[in-house]
Amino acid sequence: MIDIVGKRYWFLFVSALVIIPGIISLAIFGLLPGIDFSSGTTMTLRFDTEVEQGQLRQELAELGYTKSIIQGTGEGDFFIRIREISTDERQELITGIGSALAADVTVRDYYTVSPIIATETGRNAAIAVMVAAIFMLLYIAWAFRRMPKPIRWGTCAIIALVHDVLVVTGIFSILGWAAGIQIDAMFITGMLTVVGYSVNNTVVVFDRIRENVSKGISKDFEVTVNSSILETVARSLNTSLTTLFVILAIFLFGGVTIRYFILVLLIGVISGTYSSMCLAGPLLVIWDKKEWGRFVSWLPFIKKPA
Amino acid sequence: MGRNIRLLVFILLLFGFALWAIVPLDSEKLGRQGLTLGLDLRGGSHLVYEADLSQKDPSQSDDDAMTGVLGKIERRVNAYGVAEPIIQRQGQNRILVQLPGVKDIDEAVGLIGQTAQLDFKEIELDEFGEPLFDEEGEPQWINAMAKGIDGEDKHLTGKYLKPNASPVLDPQTNEPQVAFEWDEEGAILFEQITGRNLQKPLGIFLDDEIISAPTVQAVIKESGVITGLTLEEARTLAIQLNSGSLDVPLTIIQEQDVDATLGSDSIQKSLIAGAIGLALVILFMLLYYRVSGLVAACALAVYGVLLIAIFKLVPITLTLPGIAALILSIGMAVDANVLIFERMKEELRAGRGLLASVEVGFNRAWPAIRDSNITTFIACAVLYWFGGTFGAFMVRGFALTLFIGVALSMFSAIVVTRTFLRFIIRFATNPSAYGVHR
Repeated sequence: MIDIVGKRYWFLFVSALVIIPGIISLAIFGLLPGIDFSSGTTMTLRFDTEVEQGQLRQELAELGYTKSIIQGTGEGDFFIRIREISTDERQELITGIGSALAADVTVRDYYTVSPIIATETGRNAAIAVMVAAIFMLLYIAWAFRRMPKPIRWGTCAIIALVHDVLVVTGIFSILGWAAGIQIDAMFITGMLTVVGYSVNNTVVVFDRIRENVSKGISKDFEVTVNSSILETVARSLNTSLTTLFVILAIFLFGGVTIRYFILVLLIGVISGTYSSMCLAGPLLVIWDKKEWGRFVSWLPFIKKPA
Repeated sequence: MGRNIRLLVFILLLFGFALWAIVPLDSEKLGRQGLTLGLDLRGGSHLVYEADLSQKDPSQSDDDAMTGVLGKIERRVNAYGVAEPIIQRQGQNRILVQLPGVKDIDEAVGLIGQTAQLDFKEIELDEFGEPLFDEEGEPQWINAMAKGIDGEDKHLTGKYLKPNASPVLDPQTNEPQVAFEWDEEGAILFEQITGRNLQKPLGIFLDDEIISAPTVQAVIKESGVITGLTLEEARTLAIQLNSGSLDVPLTIIQEQDVDATLGSDSIQKSLIAGAIGLALVILFMLLYYRVSGLVAACALAVYGVLLIAIFKLVPITLTLPGIAALILSIGMAVDANVLIFERMKEELRAGRGLLASVEVGFNRAWPAIRDSNITTFIACAVLYWFGGTFGAFMVRGFALTLFIGVALSMFSAIVVTRTFLRFIIRFATNPSAYGVHR
């Protein structure tokens, strides 16, 4: 029998390997906020003649938009991010670029957010994530109310959830300074979906532990948890695989508009599968065996009590 | 068994009805007669305006001012000619406007959000009756006042116009202009003002910007024209005058415009992505679960058709993230099936009969299916609220679609899959057909 729970510290180590660079990046660079959270204007422009990115940047600078972000999105389209502009400024900008580059410009999409709404969106996103986490915790505690210490189950599921959130935000923080990928409202949407998915997976594993505890398959909680994880491993992997199939299909073929949103789901689902199998259950065991103290003293930089 | 046959017939009828409801699905122009498409898919403009309520008429309540603005915007949008616009108040002082399929967005935005306060002004005179000029030599404009019906001094504004202004071309010069008529009180005011300003300019101001200052040639009573406009401006101004000026000024705080060609690109790509994803899932299920997989694939087909039928019949607006949620929900719909099949296999391995394994498998899998999907529902509910707080129709579209998808997938797994399985175990009796080796 494969011993997953027995290798619990290895899994914690693997998670730390993924999360710690992300946390460091978050601490130093934070996340690169999109216009949903920091206000501004984005647009995707299409030109009927071939246009170089450098040319476009120069023309924008001449029109006074020096701090612009320009990305080619393939098929001759350019994604541009500038400060918040008004309808009049927009008209000037489009006609200005069009005449300077001698091209017919089509505005494929255009999005502008004022600082008023951006601040609110940021606040609401934070509230949304917190409210979701609280409701999930309450729900899990309720679902496992017949188990001894239901809060413990809820807490472990939430730790797995926070793990997934950290993995995704950490990676996006790195992608932010490395590739200029921004965080928008759809990122929060993807994040909350991941949160739901992660807890969903954890609940399936916990459900099996709950059943096996009731059946009394072993006196040792560690053995019970381990066999519960193994019994659900086929389901966990298969469900994740089918979900990953469709997510990959959208990621590769679904067009650029929602690509980063799908990337959130892709990373989140992988992380969620891992955390529900390799973290949530083992954490229950760590807690049950009161290993927190040992775990803390195991950390090299903590002074060991005499 | 008799009950199962009845259920099977019911499912097939439901499937047939749903299929009938969604066919023909014009895949080229999904949405014309099929699904309701969101702005990001069909193109158009999504605007959020904020009203400055501090500038309202103090005698008006906030709600009255907002209702007034909303009504006027509605008249403007209708006069402009947009199919299926959405105009909603959001929160205390915000207005959401969605204009699907609008071509000239700049024009539409200008038309809707402009206060369009029309003022008539005359040049201020000094005590000798000579016009006053400022340092730059510009005339000093003051509001044109006159005695109204009740004998009070009134300022002549667009308020006294009849709602029948229209853009016309001057028969002589072919210049665009807006022809208007005064109501009863307006006519009285206009008569006095033109009377005392003969051979002097009369300034016509729109939102405090002068649009023309014709010289008064005669005493006029009922009607007049506004010149100095382009044809487009004349058209816009006529609509604005007829709807009335907005009670409070509006500013755009969020705007999202999507070109129709981008939308149809997105639809094409999503359809391809969905087809590939679905094919992969079905292939995987067939290879891994054999007969059960076939059942799951059939259940998935029923699920897909029912889902699209719900979208069409309710109708629910489909957005790009909504499509992503739809495709995602295919993956999740399989989840409940996987849970059940794994339980079933366990029971088969333990030596139970097929029928018993199916029943026990379902009963054992149910708590996990229920508990796990509830967490997704919680996430959807929170997202729906979040999307509503800043008018993000994309976020809402995703949340609503995922919710419906997951709810329907529970029905599909518990009712459809079970019914199909109960039916098929009579024909495929070998456990190895279900992926069990013993």
